[in-house]
Amino acid sequence: MAYVPLADQDDAHALHDPHSFITKYVWSQDHKVIAIQYGGTAIFVGLIALGLSILMRLQLGFPDTISWIDPAFYYQAVTMHGMIMVVYLLTALFLGGFGNYLIPLMCGTRDMVFPFLNMLSFWFYLLSVLILLASFFVPGGPTGAGWTLYAPQSITPGTPGSGYGILLMLISLGVFIIAFTMGGLNYVTTILQARTRGLTLMRLPLSIWGIFTATVLGLFAFPALLVSAIMLGFDLMLGTSFFVPSMIHMGETLEHDGGSPILFQHLFWFFGHPEVYIVALPAFGLVSDVLSTHARKNIFGYRMMVWAIIAIGGLSFLVWAHHMYVSGMNPYFGFFFATTTLIIAVPTALKVYNWVLTLWQGHIRLNTPMLFAIGFIFTFVHGGLTGLFLGNVIIDVPLADTYFVVAHFHMVMGVSPVMVLYAALYHWYPKMTGKMFNETLGKVHFWCTFLGTYAIYLPMHYLGFLGVPRRYYEMGNTDFIPASAQALNANITIAAIFVAIAQLLFFINIFWSLKNGKPSGGNPWGATTLEWQTPDTPPKHGNWGEELPAVYRWAYDYSVPGAEKDFIPQNEPGEEYEKTFHHKGGQS
Amino acid sequence: MSLYQEVTRKPWNTVGLPDGIDPKPTFAVSNEKLALVVFVIVASVLFSLLTVSYFIRMWFGGGDWLPVALPSMLWVNTGVLIAASVCMQIAVLNARRDHSSSHYANRKTQWFLIAGIATLAFIVGQLTVWQQLTEQGYFLQSNPANAFFYLLTGVHILHLLGGLWVWSRALLRQRRNDSSHDIRKSIELCAWYWHFLLIVWFGLFYLVATN
Repeated sequence: MAYVPLADQDDAHALHDPHSFITKYVWSQDHKVIAIQYGGTAIFVGLIALGLSILMRLQLGFPDTISWIDPAFYYQAVTMHGMIMVVYLLTALFLGGFGNYLIPLMCGTRDMVFPFLNMLSFWFYLLSVLILLASFFVPGGPTGAGWTLYAPQSITPGTPGSGYGILLMLISLGVFIIAFTMGGLNYVTTILQARTRGLTLMRLPLSIWGIFTATVLGLFAFPALLVSAIMLGFDLMLGTSFFVPSMIHMGETLEHDGGSPILFQHLFWFFGHPEVYIVALPAFGLVSDVLSTHARKNIFGYRMMVWAIIAIGGLSFLVWAHHMYVSGMNPYFGFFFATTTLIIAVPTALKVYNWVLTLWQGHIRLNTPMLFAIGFIFTFVHGGLTGLFLGNVIIDVPLADTYFVVAHFHMVMGVSPVMVLYAALYHWYPKMTGKMFNETLGKVHFWCTFLGTYAIYLPMHYLGFLGVPRRYYEMGNTDFIPASAQALNANITIAAIFVAIAQLLFFINIFWSLKNGKPSGGNPWGATTLEWQTPDTPPKHGNWGEELPAVYRWAYDYSVPGAEKDFIPQNEPGEEYEKTFHHKGGQS
Repeated sequence: MSLYQEVTRKPWNTVGLPDGIDPKPTFAVSNEKLALVVFVIVASVLFSLLTVSYFIRMWFGGGDWLPVALPSMLWVNTGVLIAASVCMQIAVLNARRDHSSSHYANRKTQWFLIAGIATLAFIVGQLTVWQQLTEQGYFLQSNPANAFFYLLTGVHILHLLGGLWVWSRALLRQRRNDSSHDIRKSIELCAWYWHFLLIVWFGLFYLVATN
């Protein structure tokens, strides 16, 4: 019989739940199972990266107390921490995890349009993770070239892992990109083609807009990483000179000649900067929905929010070289890229204003997901403002390669997306499991994480102003840095260990609640979007029972004047009319 | 409603089912066709970036660029790939008529088969060019122009191999006598992809021939 994707099957077939353990939980084509597989793998590998960061901090805070942390291991930990966090945790969890879980549910479909491809996407992702982790066990260990893998350093003997380590990293990235492309084709096609009746593009929740735009960004940006990985692999394995110039290493002239290291940087950052937004845009979308739901108020300026997401997505391809001000590129480029960087701050700031205005006069419920969402606004504004510093050439030049940069990017694309991840995980946990989590434990987790991360990253800005260089294994003879900087470093390390341990609260909470949590019911938050209106919680195979939902209104009908409840679900029929209301705070 | 109208409306102002009863996709094409179009855009980005790298390395590299003397066999290969694309298109035309008689159904499969075989011949031809070049001393490592030639043609071959994998599945579909609608769709998608890769090859050939 010809293969028919679930989304195209009739109800009788679509609702036929796979029975065997293997087809239900292992080789599953159900988007919800794939989402949890993606999420579980991403969080697992993220914990490894977290562990590596603690080892790095131990070396920086208390130098030479752990004898086996040598410079080579330190650089390997830096590299793997960065790459895992950015690509294998955040990208995979936002798009593979939340994308997979929410797209069919929020769009009112039974599944992705290509479920087999979706399954394949996860298994390729898992393979890429295994290849990456295998590099810990090969001779020379994983690559220690920094997550940017700059050529020629990454493949030059003397750099840790310049043989097998970098090779496995490049292969792993290649496999990851294949996995992402398979998933991305699914997300884009499902959102554009398979939405349920009545669900127009402008009735989509912002989560979907964020995931959609980030996926498009990923589809356009990852080829740049693939090209640079292939060419770097050629230079490494086949002796070509795409990126490697003529070099003398340990007194010997290498066989490479004439390569362009700056070409690698351009290719890498043509991927690398959109990658920031591949992580940020889904976070923007998810946090908008969490804020609106728990403020019991429609999102402020919905259309503006959609267009801001699209504008940020487009502009993100025009700012890449602000990572390269000190690379020796043509100074006129600096002027151009500083300008585009300032321009991209406009739609970004607009989103921040709209989040704050969504909270304005809302009936705010300060529960755990909301705390994390509001925490995100703080950390994102903080990281965003330091980004304005670094986006200007004249300020970037002295601050480049100092701890100021480390503090900036951790606030803006480390802590901020993680805040949203927690907000989203707590927010959708009742839908995924049918159980409520422990609210007190969640709040303790929030405050430890929020205050703890500030204890880590605020002092780092100051270290940056002192001129403490990043990437250094230890201070050495740097007279211009006062001895007190070391005391600050020790404090940062203690804070980092505290925050890392505090994350256990999250895991204790979700596993404990799985068994002991109160039943959540289908819609514990009183949310309007479709995923909260499924007939079963957690949603069963096929999501919607016999009949697909129809959508009658936009995703943010909260506290509508005259309505019985303070929310009206998207699938609740109403008399067809054009609303024109002029109440306080309403839009017309 | 046009896409522009849809994305500029005020969603908070309306209640009801503006699109009527049936769900309506954003674009009036099959899911597979849309996914292929998106993939073609992704592949275009990949080849564009390779092209940009080619020029940057040529203009701003270490001044070590020595053009490759291209074997005339490349012209033959180009002809073979054009033939493959033409065969694909004839298969599509026959597939569109195959409900009218079995004659078209058989011819559709024949032309589709020939298109795949011609593509295989192109790949073998490209590998022969590689062999000729290495015999003449144009090694991968010896010059960036050589390296780019092998890289660009290699990535193009990989895309063709991916296409041939889908082609083999479409062929199986025809042997299984799936519905004529499904078969026609798979042939049309293959043809689309083949035409795209032909255009890419024209671009790459122009690039390496004029260095």
